[in-house]
Amino acid sequence: MDDRVILRVGTKVLSPFILLFALYVQFHGDYGPGGGFQAGVIFAAVFVLYALVFGLERAMKVMPAKVAYACGALGVALYLGVGYLSMFRGGEFLNYSYLFDPEHDPTHGQHYGIIGVELGVLVTVFGVMVALFYAFAGRRRIDT
Amino acid sequence: MTESMVQIVDVVLLVLLAITGIAVIRTRNLFVAVMLAGIYSLISAGLFVVMDAVDVAFTEAAVGAGISTVLLLCTLALVGYKESKPQHTTILPLFIVIVTGGVLVYGTAEIPPFGEPDNPAHQNVAAHYIHDSGDEIGHIPNVVTSVLASYRGYDTMGETAVIFTAMVGVLLLLSRGSLPKRVYHAGHWHKVKRGMTREDLIAEMEDEEAHDSTVVGGEGEEDG
Repeated sequence: MDDRVILRVGTKVLSPFILLFALYVQFHGDYGPGGGFQAGVIFAAVFVLYALVFGLERAMKVMPAKVAYACGALGVALYLGVGYLSMFRGGEFLNYSYLFDPEHDPTHGQHYGIIGVELGVLVTVFGVMVALFYAFAGRRRIDT
Repeated sequence: MTESMVQIVDVVLLVLLAITGIAVIRTRNLFVAVMLAGIYSLISAGLFVVMDAVDVAFTEAAVGAGISTVLLLCTLALVGYKESKPQHTTILPLFIVIVTGGVLVYGTAEIPPFGEPDNPAHQNVAAHYIHDSGDEIGHIPNVVTSVLASYRGYDTMGETAVIFTAMVGVLLLLSRGSLPKRVYHAGHWHKVKRGMTREDLIAEMEDEEAHDSTVVGGEGEEDG
């Protein structure tokens, strides 16, 4: 173990707050700047930071590469799933108004539809960013 | 902010952008170039904020200044920090850059003034989004989110798919993947045992190669 105490402690203290901030960016996208893409990048940045400070091997124990690959695919599936769900509910593909009873209040469906697809974007961007970092960094081990 | 203050901020940011751009070209140290590229992205993000495009600025700061800088640093760890001297003269590239830049500057003469309400960009669907998105999508104060996620849901789906495709492409090119069941090397097949890492396999193959070459050397001596 190396002696960069400030970096190691700082990373451990900051990581949960950065994750929380990513969630804030995700769910605050309706009210201000933000959304799935930015939140996904910030979420992935935590694991990149962890890998830079503690080494790639330990980061891969926290967030295995296979989980990151799965996230990359899962997000797209979630996005498509919301699209197909609104189609099966009687609307057009990705017309979220039909997710719930459109006669009653179409904005209700729109609201949940947007949350669903933004979640899909978050999961994909997070998985892809982590996977890309692992692919680049794994070519030669980052030794701490 | 008053109009003149905005202009001062614009000029300062653009001058910083130009200085950073020139510094990236001038430096032969790739580490410095990568760091300056990150700063370039950050200044661009500042410019987007001045133009009230906060969502774009956010993305630029997170991806341009953050993730891509880290990926470029990972690449530098593999290829080294020194840029070799160019083999060709720089006159032709300089000529092309000046002509392209000149055409682009000439093109800006035709662009409608920034922020005018009767610009073509504000004539079509933009007014509809601003007036009616509250009733159609629900009361989402950030219209950008309504447009991105609902009105332009197809586009965002395509973007998500493109990001996924980028991952697949990079993994196909760079990932080490899993080992095959057997590997052909130096005239015969090596079986890959369970739980064997790539390094183990290479070490085993090198061992055998060294062993083979001593055997061949021995035969040579007998012939002599």
